[in-house]
Amino acid sequence: MNTILQLHQLDKKYGNIHAVNQLSFRLERGNVYGILGPNGSGKSTTLGMLLNVVNPTSGSFQWFNGKISTHEALKKIGAIIERPNFYPYMTARQNLELVCKIKEVSFSKIDEKLILVNLFERKNDRFSTYSLGMKQRLAIASALLNDPEILILDEPTNGLDPKGIQDIRSIIKLISQQGTTILLASHLLDEVEKVCSHVVVLQKGKKLYEGRTEQMTQSFGMIEIKTDKTFEEISKLLQNYSGIDKITNEPDYVLCYLNQDIDSALLNKFLTEKNILVSHLRKTKPTLEQRFLDLTE
Amino acid sequence: MLRLLSIELHKIRYHRGSKLLIISYFTLLTSLALVASINFEVGPVKFDLAAQGIFNFPYIWHLNTYLAAVLKIFLMLVIVSMMSNEYSFNTLKQNLIDGLSKKEFVLSKFYTVVLFALISTLFVGITTLILGLIYSDFTEWAIVLSDLEYLLAYFIKLVAFFSLGLFLGVWIKRSAFAIGVLILWSIFEAIFIGLMRWNWKWENHEAIAQFLPLNAMANLIKEPFTRFNAVKTVANQIGETVQKDFSVHFTTILIVSIWTALFIYLTYLLLNKRDL
Repeated sequence: MNTILQLHQLDKKYGNIHAVNQLSFRLERGNVYGILGPNGSGKSTTLGMLLNVVNPTSGSFQWFNGKISTHEALKKIGAIIERPNFYPYMTARQNLELVCKIKEVSFSKIDEKLILVNLFERKNDRFSTYSLGMKQRLAIASALLNDPEILILDEPTNGLDPKGIQDIRSIIKLISQQGTTILLASHLLDEVEKVCSHVVVLQKGKKLYEGRTEQMTQSFGMIEIKTDKTFEEISKLLQNYSGIDKITNEPDYVLCYLNQDIDSALLNKFLTEKNILVSHLRKTKPTLEQRFLDLTE
Repeated sequence: MLRLLSIELHKIRYHRGSKLLIISYFTLLTSLALVASINFEVGPVKFDLAAQGIFNFPYIWHLNTYLAAVLKIFLMLVIVSMMSNEYSFNTLKQNLIDGLSKKEFVLSKFYTVVLFALISTLFVGITTLILGLIYSDFTEWAIVLSDLEYLLAYFIKLVAFFSLGLFLGVWIKRSAFAIGVLILWSIFEAIFIGLMRWNWKWENHEAIAQFLPLNAMANLIKEPFTRFNAVKTVANQIGETVQKDFSVHFTTILIVSIWTALFIYLTYLLLNKRDL
């Protein structure tokens, strides 16, 4: 009912390179989606196909249940791709006027969007005089001109300084709070973890995971233990402890993966009773980064 | 159509280089009329072009369209650069993402090319009419309005030449190299025609040469200078006939129109096939 985009076994080959491999997923209205994957995993190629600039080798996709052609659908979409592309000899305002003409919307939103991205004072300066951060903000203003039903962002903070990254993130947060559907491609995991409700994980063009972000990181957690004993001794002692699934040796501590909820105080008591002195004991949740590395390894 | 035209004109309007070339082009077109004022004296010899009769109707239609066509290279530079810029600024990609279809993209360029050709044709038409009305020995409307097919030929020629520019711009992606290829192309045609004519001594070399795109465009309006002499000679020596055929041929118009359609279609095909 509320499907914005549906992919059916989308596939792209560049010669011998299989950039996107039989990819299928679906986007629902109102969610914030993240496409995660290392560099070269097919994120940009996938977005390129969805945005009509890369021809799929096979498979298909439908915007808005396929009622309108892709280029008509794109008028209802806002998209920014890795690099902001504008006519360098035109001012910000002239560039946005051109986008309005292409998207068939009136010029009335231009000032509003320029204020939103904090570029209103510079609107009559040529694009070529802008810094990268300003260019990227202008790209966001441009993508928002039609009040899009979905905003697509491909590595929006790539190459920006910390201030620029912060600016872009706060704008994205603001937009998502207004209920706009967002599709964000990134290899920056904390970025995705912070803003996305759903993730699709890609590697070598294949989908490894699709679902809610918190489900991806959901587990009973892990316990870090540092003692005066060796890894072998601890491992032998704890391998039959109820609730511990797997034990690994980390540089500073022993890491126990849990398969049920364990009270860390009870574990501490157990170790003390065995005359083991514990200098560090901490229960943690896995980060998206760890889950991502688990998935892609 | 107006939307596509306005999109393209928006891109050109703010481009300083293009604006400069377009203004230069139309200034030069207008100054064709100044040829009329060439009226110089070398010692005792008075030279007055206007008095030589070169501005007589209907010959002036032929002369002016031929001379004006030489200037088309100015607009060609604008057209090639406006196409290759889309690649170097990566704005072609952005235009498509913003919701322009590839077909619309090509059409917006093509409409602009037709508009340029139309304005140029109007310009030449009006300038020639005024020039003729001032200097021509004959101003009866029947004579003034004869040979107007040269204007049509001029228009077709410009549209074809600019369409070739669009195609080269998309194909080569860099304006300097695209112009280079255009020059190479014309050299290749000249060599090929020369080989057929002088080396291989083919009898029907002209039948083949008429299909080459640049040669076909050139054939639309043949050089008017020998005709001028011929006109004079005929006037002086009654009974002699003019050998060369200077008229505009329908087959040439057809060949050039087919090339135009082909260039535009190939432009679209290239865009469609390429990943950006």
